[in-house]
Amino acid sequence: MGLGSDMYRQQILDHYKNPRNYGELEDPTFTHVGENPMCGDEIRIDVKLEEDGESDDEETIKQVAFSGDGCAISQASASMLSKELQGKTVEELLEMDRDDVIDMLGVDISPMRVKCAVLAEKVAQDGAEIHRGELDVDKTTTED
Amino acid sequence: MSSQDLESLDVEGIRQQFPILQREFDGQQVVYLDNAATTQTPDPVVDAMSDYYRQYNANVHRGIHHLSQEASIAYEEAHDRVAEFINADGREEVIFTKNTTESENLLAYSWGLNELEPGDEIVLTEMEHHASLVTWQQIGKRTGADVKYIRIDDSGRLDMDHARDLITDDTEIVSAVHVSNTLGTVNPVGELTDLAHEHGALSFIDGAQAVPNRPVDVEEIGADFYAFSGHKMAGPTGIGVLYGKQELLEDMEPYLYGGGMIRKVTFEESTWGELPWKFEPGTPPIAEAVGLHAAVDWLEDIGMDRIRAHEQELAAYAYDRLDAEGDVEIYGPEAGSDRGGLVSFNLEGVHAHDLTSILNDHTVAVRAGDHCTQPLHDKLGVPASTRASFYVYNTREEVDKLVAALDDARQLFA
Ligand SMILES: Cc1ncc(COP(=O)(O)O)c(C=O)c1O
Repeated sequence: MGLGSDMYRQQILDHYKNPRNYGELEDPTFTHVGENPMCGDEIRIDVKLEEDGESDDEETIKQVAFSGDGCAISQASASMLSKELQGKTVEELLEMDRDDVIDMLGVDISPMRVKCAVLAEKVAQDGAEIHRGELDVDKTTTED
Repeated sequence: MSSQDLESLDVEGIRQQFPILQREFDGQQVVYLDNAATTQTPDPVVDAMSDYYRQYNANVHRGIHHLSQEASIAYEEAHDRVAEFINADGREEVIFTKNTTESENLLAYSWGLNELEPGDEIVLTEMEHHASLVTWQQIGKRTGADVKYIRIDDSGRLDMDHARDLITDDTEIVSAVHVSNTLGTVNPVGELTDLAHEHGALSFIDGAQAVPNRPVDVEEIGADFYAFSGHKMAGPTGIGVLYGKQELLEDMEPYLYGGGMIRKVTFEESTWGELPWKFEPGTPPIAEAVGLHAAVDWLEDIGMDRIRAHEQELAAYAYDRLDAEGDVEIYGPEAGSDRGGLVSFNLEGVHAHDLTSILNDHTVAVRAGDHCTQPLHDKLGVPASTRASFYVYNTREEVDKLVAALDDARQLFA
C-alpha cells in the first residue's frame, strides 16, 4: 500500500496484532489509566519499579504491562512503549516527548492521529507523577 | 416533480461548479464523502460572496449611504429567501445565527432558562447530536428540569410507543433530530410535534441534516422551532438559521444583547427592536447571508426532490454494496427505506480510525469517530464508526472506490 501516509508499516501491525506485555501486573508499584475521548482509545499501564533505588531520580523500571482497546496506532504504541521502558529510569520516562514516541513508531503520524500515538506515553508519565505525589488526576485524557 | 425529472440530474454538470472536487493528492482525485460534516461550495455561491466584498461591502441597518443601503437590502432579502425556502411566514421568523449549535443554544438560553423549572420535562431522542443533547442536559441541570430520551429500536428508528409514553403533560419541549447524522434515520417529526402539542409542549427540530437534501416545510411539520446550518447545504460557514413561530419569538427574551437589536436605550433601560433583529445584535454575518441566499437559489434550481432522490439512491447503493461485503456492520435503517444520504459502518477487525486513515491513503475522505453522538455509539456498543455521507455531486463510481479501498484495510489487518 503506502500510497499516502504509510502509517501502517509492518512493525506497527505486528505490535497491534501481537501486543507485547499485554495484561496486568500482580503487584505493580503504580497503575494508571487514560483515554482518548475522540476515538474511544483506552489504555491501562501497570509499572513495577526496582526496589533498591536510593533516590527518586534513580528509580528504575523493572516491568511494564498494558491493557486496553482502541485503534492500531494507540495499541501498537503502548506495546512498543512497554518494551522500551524496561530498564529505563522514571526520570527518563518523564523526559520523553511526542517526538520520542513518533521515533519509536518509526513512521510519520498524521497530525490528527498524534493523540492516538502519545496516549500510552502520557498515561505512563502521569502514572509516574501521581506515584511521586506531583499530580492528582483519576484518568489521563489526550483532550487538552 | 415527475420521475422523468428525477432522472435528468446532470451530476457531471454540477461537478463542474466545484473546482475542489478536481483536487488530487498523490495523483489521485479526491473522493469527498464527508458531506454530513460540511458540504462543498459551488462557484455561484463563492461568486455571490466575492461580489458582495468587491461591490457592496458595508455595515447594515445603520448607514444612509448607498453601499450600506445595498448591503442592508441584500441582508434582509436573504432572510426573505430562507423564509420562502422553508415555508416560514416571513423574515420575522428567520433568525440568522452562527450555526445549528448556536440556534439550539439561543432557544435553550432564551426560552429554556427562563421558562423551565423543577418537575418540567425535556424530551429528546437517543439519536440527538451533542448540539442539542449537551445543551438541554445543561439547561436541565440549571433549571431542575428532567431530561428524557425516546428510545431507538433495533432498526435504528424511534420507538414511537415509547415516545407516546414519555411525552406527557409535564413535558415542556420535545427536541428531535429530523435526519440522524449517524444512523441516517428520517424521523417522523410531524408526528412528534403533534404529540408535543397534544400535551401543551413545544417542539424543536434539528434540521441540520434535513434541509440540505430534502424539501422541508416548517408549516407542514408544525414545528415551533427549527434549526440548520449554511455550511451543510452548499452555503458558507459562519451562518445558521433558527426558525421560530412569530408569536413565540415575540415573547422570548433576547439571548445576546448589544447594538442593532434595540428600539430605545437610556442609561437605565432598553427596549427591544423588531423581529428578527431582536435576536441578531452586533454586526451580523452579511457576506455569509448573501452566500446562503445564493446557496438556496442554487439548490432550488436543481430541485430539492431531485436532490433527495439522488441521495437516497446513493445511500441505498452504498448500503447494498457494503452489506454484500459480509464483514461490514452497518448502522441504521435498511437499504431502500427513506434515509438521509449517509451510511455509518464498521469493518470487522479494523478500528474506525485505522480504516479512515487507510481510506485517506486512497484519497477517499470519510469521517471516523462518534460523529457527536457519543451516547448513541455507547448504545450501539462501538466506540466509533466510519461514516460516508453523500451530496448532490457524488456518484456511484465514488462509492465503488470506497468499497474497493476496504480490501487494503483487510489485507493489512488480516
Ligand atoms: C444533526 C446535527 N445537528 C447539529 C449539528 C451541528 O451543526 P453545526 O456544527 O453547524 O452547529 C450537526 C453537524 O455536525 C448535525 O449533524
